[in-house]
Amino acid sequence: MSVKVSSQVLAEATVVALEGEINSTTSGGLQSQLLPLIGPSSVVLIDLTGVSYISSAGLRTLLIVHRHAQQLKAEITLVGLSEEVSFVMSATGFLDFFRIAEDLDAELERAGR
Amino acid sequence: MSTPDMRERIDAFPTHRIGPYRVRAGRPFPYGATPVPGGVNFSVYSDGATTMSLVLFERGGTRPSAELEFPLEFRIGSVYAMTVFGLDAENLEYGFRAAGPYAPEHGDRFDAGKVLSDPYARLISGREVWGREPDWDNVYHYRAQVLNDDFDWDGDRPLRIPAEDLVIYETHVRGFTRHPSSKVSAPGTYAGMREKIPYLRELGVNCLELLPVFEFDELDNPRTDPATGERLYNYWGYNTVSFFAPKAGYAATGPFGMQADEFKSLVKELHRAGIEVVLDVVFNHTAEGNEQGPTISFRGLDNATYYMLTPRGEYYNFSGTGNTVNCNHPVVRDFVLSCLRHWVAEYHIDGFRFDLAAILDRAPDGTPLPNPPLLEQLAHDPILRHTKLIAEAWDAAGLYQVGNFPNYGRWSEWNGKYRDTVRRFVKGEPGLVGELATRMAGSPDLYQGRTSSASVNFITAHDGFTLADLVSYNDKHNEANGEDNNDGANDNNSWNCGEEGPSASPHVRELRMRQMKNLLTILLTSQGIPMILAGDEVGRTQLGNNNTYCQDNELSWFDWGLVEANAGLLHFTQALIAFRHAHPVLRSSDHPSGTDRVGSGYPDISWHGVRAWAPDWADHGRVLAMMRCGRHAKGGSVADDHVYIAVNAHWEAHDLELPALPEGQRWHLFADTATAVHPLGAEPELQHPGRFHLGAHSAVVLVGRAAQQTTA
Repeated sequence: MSVKVSSQVLAEATVVALEGEINSTTSGGLQSQLLPLIGPSSVVLIDLTGVSYISSAGLRTLLIVHRHAQQLKAEITLVGLSEEVSFVMSATGFLDFFRIAEDLDAELERAGR
Repeated sequence: MSTPDMRERIDAFPTHRIGPYRVRAGRPFPYGATPVPGGVNFSVYSDGATTMSLVLFERGGTRPSAELEFPLEFRIGSVYAMTVFGLDAENLEYGFRAAGPYAPEHGDRFDAGKVLSDPYARLISGREVWGREPDWDNVYHYRAQVLNDDFDWDGDRPLRIPAEDLVIYETHVRGFTRHPSSKVSAPGTYAGMREKIPYLRELGVNCLELLPVFEFDELDNPRTDPATGERLYNYWGYNTVSFFAPKAGYAATGPFGMQADEFKSLVKELHRAGIEVVLDVVFNHTAEGNEQGPTISFRGLDNATYYMLTPRGEYYNFSGTGNTVNCNHPVVRDFVLSCLRHWVAEYHIDGFRFDLAAILDRAPDGTPLPNPPLLEQLAHDPILRHTKLIAEAWDAAGLYQVGNFPNYGRWSEWNGKYRDTVRRFVKGEPGLVGELATRMAGSPDLYQGRTSSASVNFITAHDGFTLADLVSYNDKHNEANGEDNNDGANDNNSWNCGEEGPSASPHVRELRMRQMKNLLTILLTSQGIPMILAGDEVGRTQLGNNNTYCQDNELSWFDWGLVEANAGLLHFTQALIAFRHAHPVLRSSDHPSGTDRVGSGYPDISWHGVRAWAPDWADHGRVLAMMRCGRHAKGGSVADDHVYIAVNAHWEAHDLELPALPEGQRWHLFADTATAVHPLGAEPELQHPGRFHLGAHSAVVLVGRAAQQTTA
């Protein structure tokens, strides 16, 4: 089982859509796919609409990606969080680290400006 | 220079194979399960076992997926250590199976039929949702798991609030927000508590003391409510199952195994709000109980090491629970120390309150030790160096050490004598003026030679009446606990103000409100560390139940409707706490001497009665006034006003003569429990500078400062 990762560049931003479950077995592979997509000063939108579950290991992967992005002065925004994912991230404090947006199109418009 | 790839380490390669598992001899330390390159290292101590196995489960699986017996060459001393490669740590639950003699007369109670929980487990599954009935036929109930201990603290640092500046607020993680009126997104959880941080900030407390959060089983109480037939719980949680693991049922994310992150996030946010976190910890006994109790972990791993046993192998019972932890055995000392270090290093906990701490200074045969090694070790440990250590300095077998708990210059104590004296005085008992003065001065009779923060002053705590019930009941009403009202303390020193229980009488209600304010006034102006029981600031009632250890319901929960209903009492408490923070003269670390050490013309502390400078120490006296000279604040190192507090426990009003202030200063009214409390800095000047009419059962707090500062 793996997480499906698809990326495209839209309006100055890299949009990375994830699909599947992010857990201890899938997060290692996910991390190695995500990191090359983050360049210096890039704007990356990670679309989690297709993610039904993120485990503890999965949240750690996202945070590691975020910390890498900080070093490269890149900006990461999470989009499309399900209610459950959002709740778990909020209760455990992970949400505080990220920029969160609800609407992908609005974010793309913002990035294009 | 680059960091070498950890996989290049020689010990990242297996040397043995057990069934399909590749393993190698592990590292004996740390105990428990630790992620290492390519695998997980397991380490467990047992002196008496003949063989030891690691039992693995897929998460939630009812039968073990594998059992790996530790090869003999994996044992060093009495420690079994093995690294197992290729495990999916997130979906793994593990335990141990120890074979050995069953010979209770020699202290051994090995049972190879049991899967044992790891005493050092950092995460436990099996009770992820509070109150959810488990499958009792499950072979393994409290399942050890591997923890991701890489929380991002984002710069969090210990606050290191000086002990004498603390205002402690004692509360229960679940009870604080479980009531439907809390309106938080996840009631009864760490996350729910986090949402109430603004309330705590407004209240002004700067230290949260949490009732036990180490994993326990709320379902281990067999009793039911005799009236309703409803299940009773182990609500308070003084029955630890796993000492290194945060209670999963207190986490909204417990079902996802993320309780550690959720609790850490709470601590981080509390620190950001300037609030320290003290944990109530229970090392005097475990959830295994006596001979009839369940074998969960310690009993099956090394009964003779972990418990105090009689020469015939029976359990000593100094804890009132059937078993007593053998705290001064070197292996157990190491366990306690590692546990506390874990909570400080891993969870950024600021201090600990030790339940029945007198047991911690008993030798393995129960004799109190003059120089107990555990207490000394905790006092000087490098990781615990700046944490607060607070002893409940008594135990259930009559060892009462308030005032003489071995302290090594580090330990504070719950001052039970403070509680009793203040209750009895305010209730109106005679003969207590002198003792009240001693208690308000930081109990120098008990703590001479120690800082005044040796005394944690409290009037109510989780164990006993709430403040509202202290003034509403003469007797305990514990029928709902199913023990025929035989449980709980009988010596409550309470007074119902004329009617038992809820009252429709405006007079009774008004008197009760005043009595609560009187008690809070004494508490928050006394020297020493004040501790408030959560909900007392809004008049929380337990309907006269003084032992709600089993009541997971509205008897115990904080009713947030009271915030509005008793807004006046809340406002009064907030104001008093702010007053304490604003007046360092109330928070000196040294005990007052009653002399003038700074040349102010006033002693640091002075006592007064109806007449200034003439305290009435007689048996019939029921009025006491204390004046603190601001020039002496914090040993004379900071400037403060004069503060004068008078308490009248008499049923008649008295006209007090006030001590004269230095030239140009006037007395200003901060609070009169019979009338009003005024904002800090805007206290109105008294109309009659030299006297004050103090009503029956009332207290007053005055501030002496330059006349022109008055704005009201």
